[in-house]
Amino acid sequence: MIDKFVSSPEAALADVPDGATVMIHGFGNAGMPAALIDALIAQGARELTIVNNNAGNGDTGLAALIKAKRVRKILCSFPRQADSWHFDAQYRSGELELELVPQGTLAERIRAAGAGIGAFFTPTAYGTQLAEGKETRRIGERDYVLEYPIHADYALIKADRADRWGNLTYRKSARNFGPIMAAAAKTTVVQVRETVQLGELDPEVIVTPGIFVKRVVKH
Amino acid sequence: MKKLDRKQMAARVARDIPEGAYVNLGIGLPTMVADYLPKGREIILHSENGILGIGPKPREAEFDEDLINAGKEPVTLLAGGAYFHHADSFAMIRGRHLDFAVLGAFQVSAAGDLANWHTGGADAIPAVGGAMDLAVGAKQVLVMMEHLSKDGKSKIVERCTYPLTGARCVDRIYTDLAVIDVKPDGLHVVETVDGLDFQELQRLTGVALKRLASAA
Repeated sequence: MIDKFVSSPEAALADVPDGATVMIHGFGNAGMPAALIDALIAQGARELTIVNNNAGNGDTGLAALIKAKRVRKILCSFPRQADSWHFDAQYRSGELELELVPQGTLAERIRAAGAGIGAFFTPTAYGTQLAEGKETRRIGERDYVLEYPIHADYALIKADRADRWGNLTYRKSARNFGPIMAAAAKTTVVQVRETVQLGELDPEVIVTPGIFVKRVVKH
Repeated sequence: MKKLDRKQMAARVARDIPEGAYVNLGIGLPTMVADYLPKGREIILHSENGILGIGPKPREAEFDEDLINAGKEPVTLLAGGAYFHHADSFAMIRGRHLDFAVLGAFQVSAAGDLANWHTGGADAIPAVGGAMDLAVGAKQVLVMMEHLSKDGKSKIVERCTYPLTGARCVDRIYTDLAVIDVKPDGLHVVETVDGLDFQELQRLTGVALKRLASAA
């Protein structure tokens, strides 16, 4: 019997090694898997590469992981926020490396990893600093920049409901990066509001099919 | 002359958004355009984080942390609205499905280059968000900005000195002094505010302007 339910966030993340690349779902606080991030902090893995749209807000969640000095590098589109002080301090001191990626390119690089695409050409950022040093090509009437997928060892996702096969639904704009990160990571760990019996989720509304999900924790 | 205030600028942009348009409003000043869209026009607002059909701001008691816009402010969803993931959201942007993107700017060049994401300052932390995708992807890119910087310099320039967001991507510029179209042969003044004539606007602006036949 397939049963992806795991008893606790700590159990779900026990095997994360130092140096892992970890995608963290969420746009600001919408979709941010706070319980999983807390468990990752408690677990102690260091030298992590984090993929998220932002670089933490306030003192909780991703900001707390940065504060605990567990992050070596972050790939994101919008680190600078009024309350991104933990990121700001470590970026300025040189402790934390930043790879700034336009938001749509970030999303497509994550999608490409999950979809088995080797690379793609995008018009975004052509002629800007963020394309410096990258291969470009003129296709038809437009100029494009070559971008590569972002693969991850783990994806930490917050979804709304899940069954034991790992099928997921999301809630409102908390869907954001969840479906594409779930597909891009070797081990996708999901925190959900509610677990349901197999068959309870309408197959027409399942957003992330369980094939992309390895572990589910109710929290 | 009667400079437009921020609300008047938002109202001026809103007037030009037609019925049926799909529109992304950037963070800050452009977000204010939503408050001035003419009642009775059905206009569908898009947000990078996976929303089509953004409705009015909710009352505080109705804030839902799972329903926010790209500026991370609480919003509502109109009947007919939809949620989708980030890759789909940027397929809408990059795939030329959005009719308009309204963006703020530090500078716009005479060729329509846009600089709005980074001052390039040594201690500035860069942040780009979806600006570069919107700049290349929307069918029309409308820029909203003050005509002059705080130290009185024209923000319309021959060449941008700030790092570019996109090259040759701006279609129209709305400032507190004028509306200006960016065309292959240069910048065409569509209108100026009351009490400002073309010569005075030209004097304040860093690059040569052309006069539309219908403009003052």
